Amino acid sequence: MTDLAELYQDIILDHSKQPRNFGELSEANRHADGYNPLCGDHIEVWIRIDDDHVGKVHFSGSACAICTASASMMSQALQGKSHEESGVLFEQMRQMLAGTGDGDIDQSGLGKLAALGGVRRYPMRVKCATLPWHTFKAALDENTGQPVTTEQ
Amino acid sequence: MGVVTTKPACLPLDVGRIRHDFPILSAQVHGHPLVYLDNAATSQKPSVVLDALHAYYTQSNSNINRGVHALGERATEAYAKARDVVQLFLNAQSVGEIVFTRGTTEAINLVAQAYGASHLKVGDRVLISQMEHHSNIVPWQMVCQQTGAGLDVIPVSDDGELMMGRFESQLTDRTKIVAIAHISNAIGTVNPVSKIIQAAHANGAVVLLDAAQSISHMAIDVQSLDCDFLAFSGHKTYGPTGIGVLYGKAALLADMTPYQGGGGMIRSVGFDQTTYRDPPDRFEAGTPNIAGAIGLAAAIGYMNQVGLPRISAYEADLLDYALQGLESVEKLRLIGRASNRAASVSFVIDGIHPHDIGTILDDEGVAIRAGHHCAQPLMSRLGIPATARASIAMYNTKHEVDALVRAIQRAIEVFGV
Ligand SMILES: Cc1ncc(COP(=O)(O)O)c(C=O)c1O
Repeated sequence: MTDLAELYQDIILDHSKQPRNFGELSEANRHADGYNPLCGDHIEVWIRIDDDHVGKVHFSGSACAICTASASMMSQALQGKSHEESGVLFEQMRQMLAGTGDGDIDQSGLGKLAALGGVRRYPMRVKCATLPWHTFKAALDENTGQPVTTEQ
Repeated sequence: MGVVTTKPACLPLDVGRIRHDFPILSAQVHGHPLVYLDNAATSQKPSVVLDALHAYYTQSNSNINRGVHALGERATEAYAKARDVVQLFLNAQSVGEIVFTRGTTEAINLVAQAYGASHLKVGDRVLISQMEHHSNIVPWQMVCQQTGAGLDVIPVSDDGELMMGRFESQLTDRTKIVAIAHISNAIGTVNPVSKIIQAAHANGAVVLLDAAQSISHMAIDVQSLDCDFLAFSGHKTYGPTGIGVLYGKAALLADMTPYQGGGGMIRSVGFDQTTYRDPPDRFEAGTPNIAGAIGLAAAIGYMNQVGLPRISAYEADLLDYALQGLESVEKLRLIGRASNRAASVSFVIDGIHPHDIGTILDDEGVAIRAGHHCAQPLMSRLGIPATARASIAMYNTKHEVDALVRAIQRAIEVFGV
């Protein structure tokens, strides 16, 4: 597969064109805004948390295919995870997306999310993929005094 | 489609020869010949500029206005000569009207602080437009905050033109400064700056022209335009980064306070009193970008040699060709349809975000810009978060425009829209 074909795999295009869990979540009890000031992308993430478990994750915003697909796949992957489990997944994703070495990244627990790994060949696009995850983390940790930006 | 320019005064531009002068244009990107269409962000540099930098550092490098040694003299002379070149290029009345800065951004900040901060007071107005680059917005917001003056914004029509009727009513005797882009970096609109300058002067306001996008595409004569200040960047005019120019009318510069304090800008320093040198030195504190100024002078020499009327005519022709090509792409929508426009074309494709367009085009060797182009208020006005932008320089060809259109077709295929 060429780098470009790996970046825009079918599953990525599918999620970007038909994003799952898209739109405001009325029963949400957590929320954060995320911005990429370099390109102007903006997404919002809503979470419903009950008894330390992520019930639902929704997102909205206008962003590129990579960011939208990352957010959409994230919203599915996090559903039902405990606070701690979602923190672990966040860290794994952060390492996979921003990581440099190919070999030593443990992708076993990532499932479909591994498809987002194609972004590693495109340093200028890594932040597109990580923005939803950082925004989710900020909402989860209720660290929402300032909107999340990819500059952090 | 209307275009910017005058008729070619002489033989048309020989693009093959020009391309030969730009070493980077023979580069390969992802296995394809580079098609560089991001000239509004920064232009590539001809060998004469690279050679001038190399010659300076290998033969003349020294600080200026200080050492009594031979190199010091050479560097001082070369820096002074560079200023003369800029003066002639802009047709400024005197060389004292040319201030070297880091670029357009610093030139605008310089005027906002050294002129604005001492001339604006509570109730005064600064008039800008909705299509400004952030660097012609934020410095004015800052000085308005400092002085209690207010900011007015000329609105933009759906086609991306200034609404001149609104401008006329916004311009009042409280308006002290009008700061306006000559050409929009985001959508290529050429603004009716002569009209704006005349009207502003009739109301007693001074005008700063942001010429970042016009200076390398059309001949500019500051005396016939009668602008009070003009700013541009070397790196968008085939010159190096880190150097730019502020032109200011001598009488205005003479009446301005320094922008920064330091060496090179003082006449004498005492702890009780420090006196400043005359413009332009007053505004150039510290060791300047000597090599940058010399490189910029070489770039101006290159443009002069090709001839700006010839460059304008060539680019206008290529713009027409590009607009035809882009309009033939069914899913593509041009953003900005000003009747007077420059060779910078913004577009969107429904169902493909500009960043994804940018990545796929890059895979074909085609470099464009995707994003908000540092013009977020304009993007909001036009109801889009971002655009893809292809911007043309004198070395681009029809062949490259074809490659652009083909790469866009590929993006449409990849996304299946
Ligand atoms: C219209 C306009 N104004 C100002 C600037 C700022 O120029 P610089 O970043 O070189 O200071 C730009 C650069 O993109 C521009 O296009």
